[in-house]
Amino acid sequence: MAANNEQHIQEIRALIKKHKIWDKVFAIVGLLAMLVGVTTLIVLFANLAIDGAPRLLSWDFYTSFPSRRASSAGILSAWVGTTLVMLVTAISAVPIGVAAGIYLEEYAPKNWMTAIIEINVTNLAGVPSIVYGLLALGLFVYQFGLGQSILAAGLTLALLILPVVIVATREAIRSIPQAIREAAYAVGSTRWQVVHDHVLPYSTGGILTGVIIGLSRAIGETAPIITIGALTFIAFLPDSPFKGEFPYISFDWIMAPFTVMPIQMFSWTSRPEEEFQFNAAAAGLVLLGMTLLMNALAIYLRYRIRRNIKW
Amino acid sequence: MFQRNLFKQLALAGFVAGALGGFAPVASAADQIIKIDGSSTVYPITEAVAEEFQKSKKGAIKVTVGISGTGGGFKKFCRGEIDISDASRPILKKEMEACAQAGIKYIELPVAYEGITVVVNPQNTWAKSITVAELKKIWEPAAQGVVTKWNQVNPAWPDAPIKLFGPGADSGTFDYFTEAIVGKAKSSRGDYTASEDDNVLVQGVSRDKNGIGYFGLAYYLENQKKLRAVPVAEKEGKAPVAVSIETVKNGSYQPLSRPIFIYVSDKAYDRPEIKEFIQYYLNQAPKLVAEVKYVPLPDSAYKQATDNFNKRKLGTGFGGEAEVGVLIEELLKREGKH
Repeated sequence: MAANNEQHIQEIRALIKKHKIWDKVFAIVGLLAMLVGVTTLIVLFANLAIDGAPRLLSWDFYTSFPSRRASSAGILSAWVGTTLVMLVTAISAVPIGVAAGIYLEEYAPKNWMTAIIEINVTNLAGVPSIVYGLLALGLFVYQFGLGQSILAAGLTLALLILPVVIVATREAIRSIPQAIREAAYAVGSTRWQVVHDHVLPYSTGGILTGVIIGLSRAIGETAPIITIGALTFIAFLPDSPFKGEFPYISFDWIMAPFTVMPIQMFSWTSRPEEEFQFNAAAAGLVLLGMTLLMNALAIYLRYRIRRNIKW
Repeated sequence: MFQRNLFKQLALAGFVAGALGGFAPVASAADQIIKIDGSSTVYPITEAVAEEFQKSKKGAIKVTVGISGTGGGFKKFCRGEIDISDASRPILKKEMEACAQAGIKYIELPVAYEGITVVVNPQNTWAKSITVAELKKIWEPAAQGVVTKWNQVNPAWPDAPIKLFGPGADSGTFDYFTEAIVGKAKSSRGDYTASEDDNVLVQGVSRDKNGIGYFGLAYYLENQKKLRAVPVAEKEGKAPVAVSIETVKNGSYQPLSRPIFIYVSDKAYDRPEIKEFIQYYLNQAPKLVAEVKYVPLPDSAYKQATDNFNKRKLGTGFGGEAEVGVLIEELLKREGKH
């Protein structure tokens, strides 16, 4: 009996040992998998940094327009263009996307219509960006007569990130415990009050994450922007949005011609002179920096908001 | 509190977006913008001119330059979206029809020469020169899958694989090379490493001892340490000519020299800033073209082009087809076709 028991324990120990080996194996495989991503990023970053460092560290690079001489060519029109396009993208995609997400999650009746809309939204997230570019060329540039403007580009990219924002909003809203809503309804809140006072504030962190992921995708997009006709050489800035006299703000800039960072980079990489490659590398780092900055902002805001949630 | 604020901001953002949506597009007519688009080959020249021109005007006149390719440029040009089209080949029949239909006339101005350079790896010791017939043997469609070794092209060359690098089918360089070598534009074998980015071709040939490729002279001049240009003989028995600024300019590097152009829309002709820009372009071209490593036309040709522009000579000197070995002076005197 005792021997039998002993044998039994031995078997279990062997089994546990075997399982533990698999545990280790998976840990190593997982680590390697993670390293592939991280190493790629580091190597890429280092490569860009080595090539681009001299240009990256000179102030002129940020305050100069493109030029035929690599050493005096800069990214002023490109980074201003990218920033303004992103601004238009954000202020058009966020309200529409968040509203659509709230509607689908809190208001929409659960029927086949809603189901079709949901499937469509998810599918839209996977549509290649060039398709959005073609749509925008026909719709915004020609039909609406917006031309090759910052507005047309911003709206194009807004379409592109809309599904991402909607999906993120819905995920964020769904993660709020049902009890919160029920409690609010119990004290007589209307649906809008529940959304306005509880659902939206608590899900802002998640929504922001979705918005930033969307914008980070949009900032590097080249294909749709080229399709709608962004320029390569542009040595002036759009009209300033702020004016010295009444009414102090101006919207002229949204109709201005523009270029963006990825296009500027692309144009430099195809130049015969080697020095232009260094410019392209430096511009790549700046673009990477802009993305990181946006991510950092999202993390910070999320942290601020989480701290205020008390349940 | 914070969440409330953030929500208010979101609402505000929504309001602003609504305001933007209702914003009627108003083209700022006060600005004088010269819009240029088209070939990436002509781009460096136009960019240099635009840069200097804006500097000289202290920003009073704005110039924008895009890269849509020669074909894409003509599309926009014939829709009346741009004032000037950069073109690395003459306007084609299809495009002439599109322009005629839209009622857009144009002035054709050659601005520089480009020499298409045949390059090999510096370790290639055998190909001292190459004839057009040999190039045809390598690049014609019938060679696909058949001509795979150097000694198949010339028995004196080694029994080594031949690796081909060339521009993709959307490129004007490709059009001209196939026209000049094979005899029919766009007629080429397909089994070669193709890239629209000439730097990729430079890398390819410089890393492969058995590589051969062709692209614009500017890319060779920038990479002379990594590549060797092969002198090209127009016919069997004719002396091979090495590519250089000089041989392209004096017309002896044949048949791989070609003029590149800008087309000015007649609709823009009456705008003073366009006149000023074109005059500046042709005036500064000898200096700026050389600076961006292209080959300037003879001075007399720029003078003739300026004359043509001032006289508002409309139409193209070509019949809507590519032409090999055309003389620039003669071209400028031709009757304009529409």
